[in-house]
Amino acid sequence: MLKINDLKVNYGGIEAVKGISFEVPEKSIVTLIGANGAGKSTTLRTIAGLKRSVSGSIHFLGNDITSADTSAIISQGITLVPEGRHVFPDMTVLENIKIGAYLRKDDLEKDINWVYDLFPRLKERSWQMAGTLSGGEQQMLAVARALMSRPKLLMMDEPSLGLAPIIVQGIFDIIREINKQGVTILLIEQNANMALHCADLAYVMETGEISKKGTGKELLADDSIKAAYLGKKKK
Amino acid sequence: MSITTLIQHLLTGISLGGAYALIAIGYTMVYGILRLINFAHGDIFMMAGYFMIFAMASFPWFISIPVVLLGTVLLGVLIEKAAYKPLRSAPRMSIMISAIGVSYLLQNLATYLFTALPKSYPEITFLKKIFQFGDISASLVTLITPVLTVLLVILLIQLINHTKVGMAMRAVSKDTETARLMGIKVDSTISMTFVIGSFLAAIGSILYFTDRMTVYPYSGSLPGLKCFVAAVLGGIGSIPGAVVGGFIIGICETLLVAFGYSTYSDAFTFLLLIIILLVRPTGIFGEATTDKV
Repeated sequence: MLKINDLKVNYGGIEAVKGISFEVPEKSIVTLIGANGAGKSTTLRTIAGLKRSVSGSIHFLGNDITSADTSAIISQGITLVPEGRHVFPDMTVLENIKIGAYLRKDDLEKDINWVYDLFPRLKERSWQMAGTLSGGEQQMLAVARALMSRPKLLMMDEPSLGLAPIIVQGIFDIIREINKQGVTILLIEQNANMALHCADLAYVMETGEISKKGTGKELLADDSIKAAYLGKKKK
Repeated sequence: MSITTLIQHLLTGISLGGAYALIAIGYTMVYGILRLINFAHGDIFMMAGYFMIFAMASFPWFISIPVVLLGTVLLGVLIEKAAYKPLRSAPRMSIMISAIGVSYLLQNLATYLFTALPKSYPEITFLKKIFQFGDISASLVTLITPVLTVLLVILLIQLINHTKVGMAMRAVSKDTETARLMGIKVDSTISMTFVIGSFLAAIGSILYFTDRMTVYPYSGSLPGLKCFVAAVLGGIGSIPGAVVGGFIIGICETLLVAFGYSTYSDAFTFLLLIIILLVRPTGIFGEATTDKV
């Protein structure tokens, strides 16, 4: 579905992504894990058109989107839930949900009900300002907002960041649920344990390069991954 | 001073305040979206004055006014595209210096093209019609200015709160990158802000110059600064703030002149700026920005 080929991206004068290639198959959950500064966020931001690549290509459903602008990329069916949630704090929950469908001109009623069914908490708080929500609720809102563009591919940048473990569990349940409903998911996480448990396919990124690839299970069993990301000692 | 004279001066002050408010909105909106103090805004207002002179030379008023509005809007958008857009990712200081440059460019261009001599502003006869209420007399423009200002502000607030364009403007001003992720075209949203700001400045210019009767290349600089102060006073970034600020400055200035302190009326505006910056730097309606991570 999404095909990245030899992508190079600079970030603040240094080469943050050094020619990576990977694929996201349709209807799967794919995760990129890796430490801080590995180039994960930069990769997602480049796919979303917020950053320009130096070389390489990005194809989505057969179309070259390497140099498309963000609004064109979104209308093709890709969306990004940014790191740190970034809901619009002085808009209501409902307005935040509606702004997610900014490019759509059809009726939103059905999809608003759909995201409210996924996140009943948001329905209760429909008229509250998004800035008054808790961190977990804001993350739900950021996901709901992204879903309103009716994405085929939902990218998420560190959805568990700064959230309590129980809430992280909830977020990952929702990610699986959304995936079951037919949305492909590309997830980046520092919480490797959670991410690997729910991923069909996982890539490990280290200093701008992809160092390992495998199914979630394979990587969970890999000794070097255990040592580096899962906090277990090498035997 | 008798009560009638006081009311007479108040009326003038409210009218001047209305014109200031319309210009101040341009400062506050551009600041809200770009974090830029558009120093050229007062000069766009001055150019609108010249546009009217030339439009009225060949057309009747009901064609001239739309022509002036359109011309001013085009000028505002052109300035944004030429002087601010290329600096979008530059440090804020660079874009501010660019704004100061545009301001001087417009003043000097006007001096070069139209000479530094004041040109008389064309009279729109029906606006100058005098109404008499007992001992108080006022021209139609004096009465119409505050009404029109309030009407336009209500329209503007509706536009910002209840339309898709308005939603995009609020989103871009709060968080540009996330707005882009929603599919909002940031550049056209910014242009829209300049369209609205210039449009209101053009209306302000027609109302202001009809009362003042002359335009010269620097006639935008002092009103421009005062309206900037008005925007800061009300809380820069806030539209109701700009309106209230505009009225406060217009009324205070007129009353000071009325009480015989006309020498100090301009100084008063800037004294007000100093006081507000010391006492309440965020202005009357401004809110301190807090970021929740």
